[in-house]
Amino acid sequence: MFLSMNWIQDFVDLSGLDLVELINQFSLSTAEVENEIFFKGSDISGVVVAEIKSVEQHPDSQKLHLLKVDAGEGELIDIVCGAPNVRAGMKTALAKVGAKVGENEIKPCPIAGQMSYGMCCSEKELGISDDHSGIMEITDNIPNGTDIKSVYAVDDIIFEVDNKSLTNRPDLWGHYGIAREFAALAGRELKPLDTINVKEYDNLPKVDMKILDPLCQRYSCMQVDNITRSISPVDMRIRLYYCGMRAINFLADLTNYLMLEMGQPMHAFDSRKVEKIRIKRYDKPFTFTTLDGVERNIDENTLMICNGETPVAIAGIMGGLDSEIVDDTTTLTLESATFDAVSIRKSTVRLGHRTDASMRYEKCLDPEMTDTAIARFVKLLMQYDAGAKVVSSLTDEYAFRYGAVNLEFDKAYVDRYTGIDIPNDTIIKTLRSLGFKAEVENDSFRVTVPSWRATKDVTMKADIIEEITRIYGYDNFDVHTTSAPLYPVRLYTEKVVEEKIKDLLVKRFSLHELHSYIWLYHDELKDLGIEADSDISLVDASNPNIEKIRKSMIPTQLCQIKTNASYAPSFGIFEIGRVVEGMKEDGLCNERKKLAITLFSKTKNVQELYFKLRDILEVMADDLKHKEISFEKKEAKHNYQHPRNFNAVICDGREIGEIGILHPAVLKEIDKKAAVVFAEIDVKNFAEIDNASVEYAEPSKFPSIEVDLSFISDRFAPIAKAIEEAKSALIRNIEVTDIYEGEGNGEKSITTRITFAHSERTLKREEVQVIVDGIIDALEKKGIMLKR
Amino acid sequence: MNNEILELKQRFEDELAKIDDLQELENIRVNYLGKKGLVTDLLKRMSTLSAEERKTFGQKVNELKGIVGDRIVSRTAELRDMAIKQEIERMKEFDLSVPADLGRGSYHPVTLIQRQCENVFRSMGFTIEDYSEIVTDYECFEAVNIPKDHPARDMQDTFYLNNGQLLKSHTSAAQNAILRKYGKSLENGVPIKAIFPGRCFRNEATDACHENTFFQMEGIMVDKDISISNLIYFMKAMLSEVFQKDIKVRLRPGFFPFVEPGFELDISCLICGGEGCPSCKHSGWLELCPCGMIHPEVLRMGGIDPEKYTGFAFGLGLTRLVMMKYGIKDIRDLNSGSLKAMSQFTDDE
Repeated sequence: MFLSMNWIQDFVDLSGLDLVELINQFSLSTAEVENEIFFKGSDISGVVVAEIKSVEQHPDSQKLHLLKVDAGEGELIDIVCGAPNVRAGMKTALAKVGAKVGENEIKPCPIAGQMSYGMCCSEKELGISDDHSGIMEITDNIPNGTDIKSVYAVDDIIFEVDNKSLTNRPDLWGHYGIAREFAALAGRELKPLDTINVKEYDNLPKVDMKILDPLCQRYSCMQVDNITRSISPVDMRIRLYYCGMRAINFLADLTNYLMLEMGQPMHAFDSRKVEKIRIKRYDKPFTFTTLDGVERNIDENTLMICNGETPVAIAGIMGGLDSEIVDDTTTLTLESATFDAVSIRKSTVRLGHRTDASMRYEKCLDPEMTDTAIARFVKLLMQYDAGAKVVSSLTDEYAFRYGAVNLEFDKAYVDRYTGIDIPNDTIIKTLRSLGFKAEVENDSFRVTVPSWRATKDVTMKADIIEEITRIYGYDNFDVHTTSAPLYPVRLYTEKVVEEKIKDLLVKRFSLHELHSYIWLYHDELKDLGIEADSDISLVDASNPNIEKIRKSMIPTQLCQIKTNASYAPSFGIFEIGRVVEGMKEDGLCNERKKLAITLFSKTKNVQELYFKLRDILEVMADDLKHKEISFEKKEAKHNYQHPRNFNAVICDGREIGEIGILHPAVLKEIDKKAAVVFAEIDVKNFAEIDNASVEYAEPSKFPSIEVDLSFISDRFAPIAKAIEEAKSALIRNIEVTDIYEGEGNGEKSITTRITFAHSERTLKREEVQVIVDGIIDALEKKGIMLKR
Repeated sequence: MNNEILELKQRFEDELAKIDDLQELENIRVNYLGKKGLVTDLLKRMSTLSAEERKTFGQKVNELKGIVGDRIVSRTAELRDMAIKQEIERMKEFDLSVPADLGRGSYHPVTLIQRQCENVFRSMGFTIEDYSEIVTDYECFEAVNIPKDHPARDMQDTFYLNNGQLLKSHTSAAQNAILRKYGKSLENGVPIKAIFPGRCFRNEATDACHENTFFQMEGIMVDKDISISNLIYFMKAMLSEVFQKDIKVRLRPGFFPFVEPGFELDISCLICGGEGCPSCKHSGWLELCPCGMIHPEVLRMGGIDPEKYTGFAFGLGLTRLVMMKYGIKDIRDLNSGSLKAMSQFTDDE
């Protein structure tokens, strides 16, 4: 929203103050002002009112005219002018020789062979409107030679406030409310609005008007007749233009002017078309053409202003085309109303049409303002169109009133909240300057919130703190730390584990951490032929491609692998992210935090890669938990999991995740010559595992005995189990030294080296042999034979 | 016999001169000094000589044996030196100027910035909290005083799920749970000081400046008598630490339903320090984060009596900090999953 300092100064005397500094203060105390401040008129000088005395056709040009112009200097000035609207007797704005208009400095110069000693200006050239159809026509009776800036408010300081920062301040959507803030900041008096006294018209007939719907809070209206003026005064047009609005016609301009001045949207109906005002909603949807000529679909939730049964305006949003004031309108019915803010907002969303009016109504306007706005409108109307005549009394239905907001608090409350000592009289003065009624007695304050702040903005005493402190100025605060006692802070285990996992994967295994989205990208998965599970979906996602929330991060990572397949011959990625694994009993999502790792390689074979990933998980468990990991073959449930190589990952007797090789059908879509393996670990389940403490084993001073045993077995697990079940305290180490896969018969043997030692004496061969025989026996009973 | 010794000596010298290899030298040693060697042979033949002859011959053979032995030792040393020299010669001079294979992994930049911020807050006694990404309407809106009709609750702004839950639109969704978690210890005199970083979601179209998935980091401090003055102090201290320079802060009024009063916090421009430059649009200030005094209703819904306790809250845009720190211009790079973009970030603390 653009604001004019001239307009603000209609209501508060800021003379002698640095206006730019005040605007900065406003930005720090009230609402954010955009960086650029516009000094309107600063690029205009030496432009005077002048009268065209004669017009002759230029001898060599169809378009140009030779003018003799009276600029109040006795002698007429020769001007060559190309504007189509020149005529003798017309008054216009003349930039004399030496004048500045924007970038141009006016000098005598020949135009098509004829000398011109100045330039007649269009309103656009003067920067006071976007009208460039001809030179400015001045209809006011002003002596020739008068500097245009001395009669019209061309000079102004315009600043822009970010609308978003006014969301909660319905009172700041017009210059009068802004002026109140400036008055408070400057410590000056806010002047009252100049209005008519509506009571003088109480004996006139009422307008036929009824509120038939609770969504209308208050509706005030009045009829005015005999309006003859059609073009707005120059100053009014300049203000509207500087504030971002185009002049249309006098009546339309005046409603806009009132909206920009008081923040109260108003609507003027042609009284011929609106005789019986009813405010209501319709039972059925219909179409309605608004004054911008657009046909809109209106549903049964949208509040309408009607003439009897005929809709004439969408309440609070836009008037209808048929009832609009037109050039021959002489009698108007003026509407000034407030409506339910939420209803207006929802209607604008449904209509997809936001207007200057609806934007204000959404903020909960003060219903107390409607009648004042009418009184102000009529005052201005009569000021500029002396013949205008009020023909009705103020007709007003006030259906919904906000309650008065009275607040009580004490000085200690203010001190506690601010942390500084703001004196009582400063508090009182600040609140009163903002229109609050405020009294203090023995450090106890009683405050009544003004109606324009009481619609939703200020409702409790913490709100008062903001009023006091923002005007006091946050830059003026004495800042200090708290006196709170200190306590040790411990990180929760899961966080520690997560950070360590990241370090381990990045620093030891050179993996790359990537981020992804919590939903599945339908088309990417389709490209890979992956059928991914999902237990929950987004409602009405703006993008139908992202409807499903993922149940596993692996499909996401496979898509990332595909994206990066040409990044390097070998790489690995990981992410700690969230998935939804079904629903809990209470109907809420069972959200889980997962660690997903996927490795890709064109240089390693799939076995090497699979073992590398297995090692990563083992290292993780060993490093973070001092625990071992085991694997149990699992049935592949998804079409990206390899049916022969898909395993549960088990740690501390608990399944913590899965590890597998990519299914060849999906691999083919990425790179059939590459190897891809993946694992997914439940972070919480892993983090919860007890961290086995380090138990120091004193190194034996006596020689150890190593025994190598080769068993014919497909898997090592049963061998490990048999050794473990021997439960010998003498076994110090177990390692696999060789895996031999015989050719032809497919026989596989695994050579295991067991190291025995005793910490207090030298072992005898025989006592070791007993244990070894026990292990061999146990395995042979299970059909796992020693290779002789 | 003497001739034989002289000949043998000459023969040895000749053979020794021909070889340049330790193995051949060993062969020579065996050939002359071995059990069946030529010198040994001579000694064996002494038995056939007279006692007189044996004495002089023996002396001469022993002399020869000594010479052969010495010559072999010295020749061995020579050959060893030569071999080392040759080995050195054979070695190439390597060009260390070729690019190194770092084989390094990488962190996501959000992880790095998040860690930096977390370290700052931990050093000031804040706990770090984790929270789910899927939350209830109550957690995300109602408990932080966002009324039913607030625009933020519209479908077009928030991702709702078909069980009525939603993807959290701000980290404030964790506030209620955290207030409840520490409410008891607050009554025992321990202030609540917590930060909660997390992923947030907005149902909006993406472009270089907008993402539907991004990170925030919220912080709260609640105790008796926490004031606006404290808020300014903490924000300045923490942000100076985060940005590793002494920065100025200023507050402007800002409206957020979960704080009262609410502020927009500006920091002095990191580029120009407040002088004014293109990156701060010549204002000298950068709008950084919303903050404020926790709304009494929010405290109350968190089980904390707002008449006894006050607190402040702030929300840092972690993703924005990441972009500022690394000069990332397109926010979408962060979730792109592209290693070309995202593999550049290594531990930088």
